Amino acid sequence: MARKDELGRAGEAIAARYLERAGLVIVDRNWRCAAGEIDLVALDGAELAFVEVKTRSTLAFGHPFEAITAGKHARMRRLAAAWCAAHPGAYAIRIDAVAVIAPFGAAPSIEHLKRVA
Amino acid sequence: MAVGRTHAVSLLGLDGAIVEIEADISAQLPKVVIIGLPDAALGEAEHRVRAASVNSGCGFTHHRLTVNLSPASLPKHGSGFDLGIALAAFAADGAVNQDSIGRVVHIGELGLDGRLRPIPGVLPAVLAAARAGFETVMVPAGNADEAALVPGIRVVGVASLRDAVIWHGGRLEPQPVEPLIPPTTGEPDRDRLDLAEVIGNPDAIEAMQVAAAGGHHVFLLGPPGAGKTMLASRLPGLLPDLEPDAALEVSCVRSLAGLPVGASLATRPPLEAPHHTATPAALIGGGSSHIRPGAAARANHGVLFLDEAPEFQSTALDALRQPLESGVISIHRANAVARFPGRFQLVLAANPCPCGQYGARDSECTCAPYSRRRYLQRLSGPLLDRIDIQLRVQRITAAQLRASEAAERVSTAQARARVMAARSAASSRLAATPWSLNAHVPGSFLRSPAMRLHPSVTAPLDRALERGGLTMRGYDRVLRVAWTVADLAGADRPTADHLGQALYLRKALSS
Repeated sequence: MARKDELGRAGEAIAARYLERAGLVIVDRNWRCAAGEIDLVALDGAELAFVEVKTRSTLAFGHPFEAITAGKHARMRRLAAAWCAAHPGAYAIRIDAVAVIAPFGAAPSIEHLKRVA
Repeated sequence: MAVGRTHAVSLLGLDGAIVEIEADISAQLPKVVIIGLPDAALGEAEHRVRAASVNSGCGFTHHRLTVNLSPASLPKHGSGFDLGIALAAFAADGAVNQDSIGRVVHIGELGLDGRLRPIPGVLPAVLAAARAGFETVMVPAGNADEAALVPGIRVVGVASLRDAVIWHGGRLEPQPVEPLIPPTTGEPDRDRLDLAEVIGNPDAIEAMQVAAAGGHHVFLLGPPGAGKTMLASRLPGLLPDLEPDAALEVSCVRSLAGLPVGASLATRPPLEAPHHTATPAALIGGGSSHIRPGAAARANHGVLFLDEAPEFQSTALDALRQPLESGVISIHRANAVARFPGRFQLVLAANPCPCGQYGARDSECTCAPYSRRRYLQRLSGPLLDRIDIQLRVQRITAAQLRASEAAERVSTAQARARVMAARSAASSRLAATPWSLNAHVPGSFLRSPAMRLHPSVTAPLDRALERGGLTMRGYDRVLRVAWTVADLAGADRPTADHLGQALYLRKALSS
């Protein structure tokens, strides 16, 4: 596995722990379909959150949130719809973003934005 | 997350309006939204502010930044809002003191490295801030001298965004940078043009002094090489120094036009000599979203010289009629009306015909009578109506050249002293009236019982009126010029001689 993918996996694990500690229940991880992959699906009370996790080891190339572009937004909406189609039921849904800044050998800092799309 | 607030100035013509800049940071993905009718340059502030903030070590928010420019309906243009936007964003982030930036008006464009770039129009903008009651204004270091010309407001010049943040209580170490200074273009020193250099043509030299003393508009008619341009370019030198208010107005227009202003107010009247291909917009000002001053506004309190006047577009010439009448240039656009001051002294120069030789003693005109007539008809009657002095200048002959070597010539300094004495005589006579220059006095006032001249003095004029050689408007013009001639001569009232001289000064077109 390439180092950037390793960092991404690690970031997703950090984000999942963070969300669980914040009281969310992780429903699904790395759910894949033809349109792409959803990093995390978590239940926040009655609301279902589709979470995009972005991880960076430094801020030298910008903040992780800056990597969430308009195209990424649109894909997350399509993926959320695909997940709902694959798991029939009635949900209130939202799309969240989590930024993990994980410098090597230091504690990661995490930021969670709700309803970004 | 809070709202940061500060102020900037939006200019429309020479009038500045205070604009409140609000910046709000909300928990959303990074994005900068600028609302409140920004133009293209202002819309691009996002990129300048972001790069400047990061490169000057101040950091930029990773969340959504909404910048509102209020009043929202007032169109705003230019890059002078960058500094205010950056500081309001920092205040929303808690990096600078909100109370501190809320009291200050910020004007300045940011470079990508975080340095502040000088911008045009700082002088009128600072003037507007002072009039709105602000006590402090922050401007780029390169504009600090210019901003300091406005009395009654504290000017803080900063070289970089980092310095601005430190001034407002941000915890950063100062980092000295090379401030950006506006380029100073060396302008020719017009005052070095001396009236004594004009050889021969004593009538024309006297006429220029009359024009300067009374503020009369001048029309010079003569063949090429007669010295029309030479005479006209020496007229500003004859005018007295600008009054403080006028100096501020002249410097404001220069600042707005992007011309260097320097560390002191302009004290000498400006000269503008646009080329005859100038469009109406170039002459009086124009533009759609950002309305810029034209040559007439830049010539405010000075001289507007139109060489080869019949070659100008007639629409361009007639656009001058409004400022000649009211002293104000208003430019109407769908979304706004911009006003510029337009109290200039007009000097028109023209050849008598397309080939230029008509009436010259030493050469033959090759123009058909018809084309000759058409040529000067391009100057519309209403425009010529407003010109008191219409003078024919001739090429000098070898005999005149020899004679003038012996004769004493008037220098600019002597002429200006005469002009100032005449002007003070006129203004003390007109102290109780709304006018201060003879050129502005209406004929009805000059013909009123208090001012009316003795019939023996006005006899030649009355005869000309009876014969139809002179219209009533022309009659008034001669009277106005006669008063100026009398002021120059130090006389209390015009005599028959002064009147005769005034008649001579308007005979270019009638002869």
